[in-house]
Amino acid sequence: MTMKKFINSVDTFLEDSLRGFAAAHADLVELHTAPTFLSRRHRKSGKVALISGGGSGHEPLHIGFIGPGMLDGACPGQVFTSPTPDQMLRAGETLECGAGVLFIVKNYSGDVMNFEMASELADFENATVLVEDDVALPGSSSTGRRGVMGTVIVEKVLGALAEEGADLGTLLEAGRHLHPRMASMGVAITSCTVPAAGRPTFVLAENEIEVGVGIHGEPGRRRDVLRPAAELVQELMDALLEELSPAPGAEVLLIVNGMGATPLAELYVLFGEASQVLERLGLRLERSLVGNYTTALDMAGASITLCLLDAEIKRAWDAPVHTSALRWGR
Amino acid sequence: MTTPSLNSHLLVRALSAAHLAILEHKEEIAALDGAIGDGDHVFNLLRGLEATLLERDALAQQDLATSLKSVAKKLLESVGGSAGPLLASLFLGMAKAVREPITPHIFAGMVENGVQAMCLRGKAGLGEKTMLDVLIPVAECLGRLAQEGAPLEVALERVRQTAEAGMRSTQDMVATKGRAAFLGERSRGVIDPGARSSQVMIAAICDVLTPSTAPV
Repeated sequence: MTMKKFINSVDTFLEDSLRGFAAAHADLVELHTAPTFLSRRHRKSGKVALISGGGSGHEPLHIGFIGPGMLDGACPGQVFTSPTPDQMLRAGETLECGAGVLFIVKNYSGDVMNFEMASELADFENATVLVEDDVALPGSSSTGRRGVMGTVIVEKVLGALAEEGADLGTLLEAGRHLHPRMASMGVAITSCTVPAAGRPTFVLAENEIEVGVGIHGEPGRRRDVLRPAAELVQELMDALLEELSPAPGAEVLLIVNGMGATPLAELYVLFGEASQVLERLGLRLERSLVGNYTTALDMAGASITLCLLDAEIKRAWDAPVHTSALRWGR
Repeated sequence: MTTPSLNSHLLVRALSAAHLAILEHKEEIAALDGAIGDGDHVFNLLRGLEATLLERDALAQQDLATSLKSVAKKLLESVGGSAGPLLASLFLGMAKAVREPITPHIFAGMVENGVQAMCLRGKAGLGEKTMLDVLIPVAECLGRLAQEGAPLEVALERVRQTAEAGMRSTQDMVATKGRAAFLGERSRGVIDPGARSSQVMIAAICDVLTPSTAPV
């Protein structure tokens, strides 16, 4: 099957897409080239600069979370390929304003190594928070766990704290506090196609699904056949709850995230089922989010994320945010 | 082992040959990566080699240590993924061990140093189904060849065979590093795309060094 996408050419796909993003959100962001990174248009001095980045193809992650209350900058790599250290170095040099730089990195070997080299080469003070919220793999796996939708929670919560003037040490501590309280897992019902590859990354038969899929189409726990949404949600929720073991009555943030090609109406089906699971267990659904936030190009699929709330996380989650993809409060 | 004089000109020829060989095996490597990775490896590698070779004239003018460092920097900026920092570490490690004149011993030491730097960067070793399953045995093989003083043609053949055997050994391995590791047991049965690309490049570089084609 030939690839059917809105592109001019695979070689200019990323720059064309970023140019469009910058044009659409010119009030919020600024696009820098050679090397490529995006920054907030209106910067605030004296705060820790939060910079994230990773392969493209997961939009709105990370560029859609640049703005007051979240990121100061983001370094997009090629599709599903980590950015390179020169991007992080330039972004850091440009955005650092006296309080150091915090890198928010999803746990993939390429991202980790490229951010690590940037961190070693940097002249500015910097620290790194690693996100590894995908419970599809055991915590003991040789690669560690992948960073997926939990990244948005980390960017939101730490972004709110940084906006209030938290220093690097406080942000690292907040990251350590948040981490064991979040868990995510996804399921794919179709593959996705990297433009440069021109064909689907993996093959799923007509009635097949990948349970525990990663946001690049990496395999998860196992292949299965398509089952009713309630059963799939139960399996994902079981995995998340086993990981988090929430106390009865615990307050939670529930996120249903689309992988790019799943209609919102289907995401709400999943959310409805997940909220019923919470209700049956006596857990309190305090905050919710449904939509496409951490995507995998044109994959049809979804992930569920649970985050156990406390007063501090709830306050940081509720704090005002003004980005292209998340916007609330004032 | 006697080597053709190893200088920046030869480095550029070797990179050029590696680039052509990867182009030739593009589809095959992409298919391996599609089976157990995320499909980006060969495109990243090609982008990096192309970016590096754009500077071939400047590279050829530099002394060997400087040109190896320039290659590292270029690859670091252009490859992305894990391969960028890993290949950059390999070339930086080699650059740091350059001592003129470059004897077979010095060359083997350069490769060993580069491969060690790569292991440290990737926190990986032998048997994890990565390009190190080709590069570690090749580095060891070069050390032995330098010790034995093997003639060039014999040495090149041994390097080719070692790289080939290393690449094939990854087929039965279960990946414990890189994206393929997410597959666990399901990664068995497919050759690692990074091991394959490394072996393809090493074979191409051996061809460049064969006496009939290499300047002495």
